[in-house]
Amino acid sequence: MIRIAWLVAKKDLRIEARSRVLLWQVVPFGAMALLLTGLALGPAHAGNSSAGPGLFYLVMLFVALLMINRSQVLESTPGTRASIATLGLDPAGVFLGKTLALCVELWVTGLVLLAGTVLVLHTALHGAFLALPSVLVTLGALAAAGTLYGAMTAGGEGAATLLPVLCLPAFAPLLIAGERAFSAALTHGGLWEWWVIVVVALVAYVGVGILLYGVLEES
Amino acid sequence: MLSGVDLDLEAASLNVITGANGAGKTSLLRLLAGLLALSSGEAEVCGVDLTKGDLRQLRRRVGWLGHEGSFYADLTVRENLRFCALALGRPTDEIDAVLARVGLSPRVDTITKKLSAGQRRRLGLAWLLLRRAELWLLDEPYASLDDQGRTFFDALLADVINAGATVVLSAHDPLRATTLRPRTIGLVGGRVREVAP
Repeated sequence: MIRIAWLVAKKDLRIEARSRVLLWQVVPFGAMALLLTGLALGPAHAGNSSAGPGLFYLVMLFVALLMINRSQVLESTPGTRASIATLGLDPAGVFLGKTLALCVELWVTGLVLLAGTVLVLHTALHGAFLALPSVLVTLGALAAAGTLYGAMTAGGEGAATLLPVLCLPAFAPLLIAGERAFSAALTHGGLWEWWVIVVVALVAYVGVGILLYGVLEES
Repeated sequence: MLSGVDLDLEAASLNVITGANGAGKTSLLRLLAGLLALSSGEAEVCGVDLTKGDLRQLRRRVGWLGHEGSFYADLTVRENLRFCALALGRPTDEIDAVLARVGLSPRVDTITKKLSAGQRRRLGLAWLLLRRAELWLLDEPYASLDDQGRTFFDALLADVINAGATVVLSAHDPLRATTLRPRTIGLVGGRVREVAP
C-alpha cells in the first residue's frame, strides 16, 4: 500500500509540475481571489486582521475544489482509466497517493495565500506563523475528504457541478474549525478544541478513504 | 449491451471481433478485461470466474489497449512505462529493450501528448509487452496505423501469440484488420451471429 501510494503521489506531482497548472492558474487565481475579497471589505476594513482567517479559508475552498477536480481529471479519459484499472493497483494505496499529492499542492497554495493574508489583509505575521500547523492539518483533512468525494464524481458528466455540492457539507466543519484555530492563533485564544476537530476529521477521512476508495473506483 | 454470447477462446490464438458501431465489440472486450460487471450468465477468463472471482487479479493478467489515449499525456514515454513497471512490481531495466522493439527509442523522453497517433499506438504496444500480459485486449488497434505500422503490428502479434499470449481485438473490417489468420467473431446487436473458422 505504501509503495503504491508513493508511486501515485510522485506521478501526480510530476504531472502537476510539468503541466504547471498549479503555478500559472491555481496560485494566481487564489491570489486574485484573496485580493478581491480584501477589496470587497473596503479600505476601512481591509486592515482588520480578524477577517483574514475567514477570507483565507474561503479562498482555499475555491482552490481546493479546483485542485480536487484536477486531480481526478488525470485519469478521466476512458482509455487511461481502463489502462490504469488493468494494473490492478491497491485502491488504498491509490487513495493515499492521490491524497498526499493533493495535500502537497494545497500546502504550496496555502503558504502563498497565507503570505497573501499578511500582505493584503494585514494579518499579524506572528499570528499567521502560529496558525501554520493548524492550517497544514486542516488542508490535509480537506485533501483526504476531497480525494474521497472526487472519486465519487469522477468521470460523471456533471462532475464539476456535483463536486462542490457533495464537498461543501463535508468541508464546512473543517473550514469552520480551521478558521477558529487560525483566529485563536491571532488572538492567543484556546486552540486545542479546534485542533481536536481537524485532527479527528483528518484521521476519519483517511480511514474511510482507505476502506472505501476501492468501492468508489469500481462503481 | 451483450446477450446470448457463447464463446470459447483458445489459448495462444488470435481472435477478431467484428461488427458495426454499437454492436457490442468494446463491451465484450471490457467484459473480458474484468472492467464490466457480468449481470447474468457465466464466464471464466484466465481461470477467474467473472461472477465471483477476484477481478483485480484478473486485470493484472490482461493487457488493455483502447482506441483512445491510454496513458498520462503529461508524462514522457519512459515515465509512463516506468510507472507501469513499478506498479506491477516489474524491473524497469526492460524498458529500453521494449521501446527498441516497437521502434520508439528515439522518442523515449518525448512527452506523450506530443506523439503522433501511430506513435501512441506503439507506446501502447510497449506497455503491453512490458506487462507480459497473458490476454491482450485491443480495441480498434488498426485505427490510425499506416501500412508500415499495420505490417509491424501484425508481426508483433504473431510473435506474442507464438510466445503463448491470447489476443482478442476488435475491428470493423476483418479482412483489412490483419494479414494473420484470425478466428472471426461477428457481433450484431450484442449477440454473436457467426464464428469462423
